[in-house]
Amino acid sequence: MSDAAKDRAQPLIVGAGPAGIRAAATLVAAGLRPIVVDEAPACGGQIYRQPLVPDGRDARVRYGSEAPKAERLHREFAGLQGKLDYLPNTLVWNLSDGVADVATNGGHRRLAHDGLILATGAMDRILPVPGWTLPGVFSLGGSQIVLKAQGCVIGSRIVFAGTGPLLYLVAWQYMKAGVKVAAVLDAAPLTAQMAMMKALPGFPAIVLRGTRFIAEMMMKGVAFHYGINKLRFEGTSRIEGVSFEVRGKRRHLACDGAGFGLGLKPETQLADLAGCQFAFNERDRVFLPQTDTARRSSVPGVYLAGDGSGIAGADAAEMSGERAALSLIEDRGLAVDPGRAGKLEKELRKIFAFRNVLEQSFPFPSQWIADLPGDTMVCRCEEIDVSGIRDAADHFGIVEMNRLKAVSRIGMGRCQGRVCGSAAAELLAASTGRPISAVGRLRGQAPVKPLPMSYAAIAPAVTGEAAE
Amino acid sequence: MKVDVAIIGGGLVGCSAALALRQRGLSVALLERGFCGAQASGVNYGGVRRQGRPIEQLPLAQRAHAIWPKLRQLIGIDGEFRRTGQLKLARNETEMASLEAYARGAASTDLKLELLGANALAERFPWIDREIAVGASFSADDGQANPRLVSAGFAAAARRAGVEIYEQTPVLGVSKEAEGFLVDAQGVPAIRAAHLVNAAGAWAGPFADAFREGVPLGRIYPSMIVTEPMKVFMTVNTGVEGGEVYARQVERGNCIIGGQRGAARADDADFSRPTDVGVTTVMQRAVRLFPSLKNAHAIRFWSGTEGAMPDKNPVIGQSSTTSGLIHAFGFSGAGFQIAPGVGEVIAELITTGETTTPIDAFSIARFFVDAAKGSGAGAPPQSPQSRGT
Repeated sequence: MSDAAKDRAQPLIVGAGPAGIRAAATLVAAGLRPIVVDEAPACGGQIYRQPLVPDGRDARVRYGSEAPKAERLHREFAGLQGKLDYLPNTLVWNLSDGVADVATNGGHRRLAHDGLILATGAMDRILPVPGWTLPGVFSLGGSQIVLKAQGCVIGSRIVFAGTGPLLYLVAWQYMKAGVKVAAVLDAAPLTAQMAMMKALPGFPAIVLRGTRFIAEMMMKGVAFHYGINKLRFEGTSRIEGVSFEVRGKRRHLACDGAGFGLGLKPETQLADLAGCQFAFNERDRVFLPQTDTARRSSVPGVYLAGDGSGIAGADAAEMSGERAALSLIEDRGLAVDPGRAGKLEKELRKIFAFRNVLEQSFPFPSQWIADLPGDTMVCRCEEIDVSGIRDAADHFGIVEMNRLKAVSRIGMGRCQGRVCGSAAAELLAASTGRPISAVGRLRGQAPVKPLPMSYAAIAPAVTGEAAE
Repeated sequence: MKVDVAIIGGGLVGCSAALALRQRGLSVALLERGFCGAQASGVNYGGVRRQGRPIEQLPLAQRAHAIWPKLRQLIGIDGEFRRTGQLKLARNETEMASLEAYARGAASTDLKLELLGANALAERFPWIDREIAVGASFSADDGQANPRLVSAGFAAAARRAGVEIYEQTPVLGVSKEAEGFLVDAQGVPAIRAAHLVNAAGAWAGPFADAFREGVPLGRIYPSMIVTEPMKVFMTVNTGVEGGEVYARQVERGNCIIGGQRGAARADDADFSRPTDVGVTTVMQRAVRLFPSLKNAHAIRFWSGTEGAMPDKNPVIGQSSTTSGLIHAFGFSGAGFQIAPGVGEVIAELITTGETTTPIDAFSIARFFVDAAKGSGAGAPPQSPQSRGT
């Protein structure tokens, strides 16, 4: 390490999934000593999540075809110990001017850093439908985590509904775990999924794997319905069944568990707090922090990697993690291999192109918005339903998301709109007749996740003054 | 476009003035650079209190006091206004002496205060740590409301009453003409108005400068914390003398806690954020003062941009240089309660040329008197400027 580098603060990586691990390995290889902060107790992110306690299942059972990648990354990160500072079980709750506030094991630290790689990952994208908050209804990602990390299942007769590749993957994983999967209900019409064939030449393994999942499930008697509408989860105190319309006909299926999700959405709150510029992404109907092909954000010294800056999957996350790290290294005046950077960018371009095809195959069903009954709960935290949002927007003449938040409380609760924000934007766009890009996005606020009030004061008290 | 009154600023002052003017039959155009109620009017703490204000503000506060219970008739919603009472705590003898002195000063006004000793305080408000609070001054008729709803509610009511509201419409320049004012705003035809109201809050400076009335308008960023909903225990709006921490609990159960200041955002100076030092300091103070908060979670922090004058009194009243111009800005972190009263005063000034509520203490001229005397305390009147920034 050069003398100049020794005088500078450490780089900080937020997230220890595939993007964060690759970024960390790349920085260490360049002689830097990063701090890696992760909310989970062990590395791997959501996709390569490790069990809380050993449960006797091997990686092949846990991660399926992705087991070699999972094991390689876990091993690689373990090999980096001693060459980086790793803070598991740690939440970055605020970012400002080169300082990250983190809550860790009941205490707090203020991490000054020089160079920040945000590898914050993604979460399920949800569009509320009647009954989605009933006990026994899980997000697809949640269903998968329960199975992967804890070896538990969400029911004994399960319906999976929504759209996207995860829908089929999770359903197949549950079937393989020996659970009765009653049906897979896809919002996307079968015709849309034919678009996937366009990806066959470039990514045959992925497309064929998806096809194999479906074939195996069909053989086991799993029912498939495409182009479904008016989905409802039904039950009195917990889920008892699912109903939906397909080709104009109402169907009902009994079940005691349901997985539901409409693809993924990036976790962008920290990029927002870091001051990164966002732009509307037509494909995903969401605002994303902007990044160049070298993974530099609009803020000098802040780099974006993995699904947190746009959904592209685990393989792309590894590559963008490495690419972001190379940019950080270069920006610190250290040498990087330009050939490597170029190769990563080329591979990423190919994956992004594939992702575009994939998203065409599983479009977000924004047409569901018009069918939502007024009493459908949208914001669980603040208990605001569809009518609450429509009425507030109408009464106050609201056309923008932060104003909608002010008058309806949407996005003011514990999750700050991470779950309901995109649905609220769809509702506001639909009820005002504006494109969703025009209604804007909720401004992020610290803390990114709830913080104990007993959190220790960060610095000696400074005299405050009254405000109304 | 020709109107009787053009108002710059869609905060609570601008919108309540607009509504009051429409009710008196005048035509009004209101120009807001962002969205109505999105700045200090809508993101403040939500205290509706007369207690603790400078004595010269009390007549105006009393006028507003009469409006708050009538919000439903006025704007169609109650804005979650509740006359819960407001409690000001003393943590030592010095602070208690200060509360007692204030109560003596307010004795001849309509503000009724009750001084409480340690035992009475502990008995009536057992959720306050009795080791910290040694006494209090209680204003039974003060209370709290939801600023987000009140500010948006006045804007919506003004719009329904026929005010032409232009949001996302910055005013580029203002000037005096032979018959009134010319207002040049982005994206709308020139507006000609017989009267002009400068209610632009933290952004009011250039519109005062334009009429040679430069004043030392600063910015403050009050910082707020909200907890997850809890069982309701905090029955009154409560703060400590000096303002280091104050809190209220809404019916839904969330506690809103203020104290300390945030800072302007580096990427957008019109917005601000709390600081980590500020919020964690206030959280500690709040947990010590209100032990029930010990196991609660804070779910969100926020701040807002507020105009402030060095003497902490607002600027309200007719211009000292230009007839037909009225200023109402610089509320210094204490505008929420009095704003509906200020709206009425502005409407009175425009329709009758005078007001029944004493506001001389808030004249913009107070900053020029000192300058003329050579004390240097105020900014001297600036040279004419035709355009704001």
